[in-house]
Amino acid sequence: MKNLKYLFVGIFFGLVLTKGEAVSWYRIQEMFRFEAFHMFGIFMTAVPVGALSLILIRKLNLRTQEGEPIRMPEKPYHHGVIIGSLIFGFGWALTGACPGPLYAQIGAGFLVTVVTLSAAILGTWSYAYLQKYLPD
Amino acid sequence: MDFLYKPWPWYVAGPLIGLTVPLLLLLGNKKLGISSTLRQICAACVPARLPLLTYDWRSESWNLIFAFGVLIGGVLGGVVLANPNAVAISTSTVAYLKSQGFNDPQGLMPSELFNWSSLVTMKGFIMMVVGGFLVGFGTRYARGCTSGHGILGLSALQWPSLLATASFFLGGILFSHFILPYIFAL
Repeated sequence: MKNLKYLFVGIFFGLVLTKGEAVSWYRIQEMFRFEAFHMFGIFMTAVPVGALSLILIRKLNLRTQEGEPIRMPEKPYHHGVIIGSLIFGFGWALTGACPGPLYAQIGAGFLVTVVTLSAAILGTWSYAYLQKYLPD
Repeated sequence: MDFLYKPWPWYVAGPLIGLTVPLLLLLGNKKLGISSTLRQICAACVPARLPLLTYDWRSESWNLIFAFGVLIGGVLGGVVLANPNAVAISTSTVAYLKSQGFNDPQGLMPSELFNWSSLVTMKGFIMMVVGGFLVGFGTRYARGCTSGHGILGLSALQWPSLLATASFFLGGILFSHFILPYIFAL
């Protein structure tokens, strides 16, 4: 039950993604063709808000609800950051959905996205299977 | 009450998305990231003794609950508070898509393409099944997606996340301009 709070954060995140139209295939096509500011505006406001709140958390030495010190996220470099992201970009252009919107699209009534999500799960499993043959 | 059904502009949606980063950290040191839920599902269902999938997925089960929440958020935003009008994309994108055989936009997705019967066509199969596969394969290879690298990693000023974000945008831009037209023509 202590995980129930994440259900509500997820609902909030999914609602914002959907009402902000970030789950729309049309918006993703428009974004990759540079034909509107909408999606870029979302990124260019989400990141500074996230960054500013991380600075505040550090400056004010904020702790979690349970009193733990907050561990700052670290994303170490490996070549997959470039190779994997390029591959993901191809898939994003096709499906018009990154992983978050896959869940939200199903909720929004596009049940066929269950197939896309299943294909994404198969893709993840295939990477896990091929990992040892691929450059890290 | 009309505003509830209207889509939210970028300057409302963007900051709210950014706020999920501190919210998850303050609630329990959780890191925003959706593609890890795909790994979780693999680890829970078919770990097959693969190193990437052999870990205590139950200790990370919060993110499956989070993902289920995202789905419910989709019901709220896309059904309960659904925008009655089509997504108002730019007229040049509409013109381009029509030149590629699409109808005028309706709703959030082109239902003429994203439907069950088009799964058995070459075009639909590539767009949904191959596309989905690439999303799952690429995000795991990169150890993050638009949320984990693009929002969380950039917020934490992690330069590898900047490389990831630049790469998935580059991949999407190149693919949209040079390859998608051939797939639309199928």
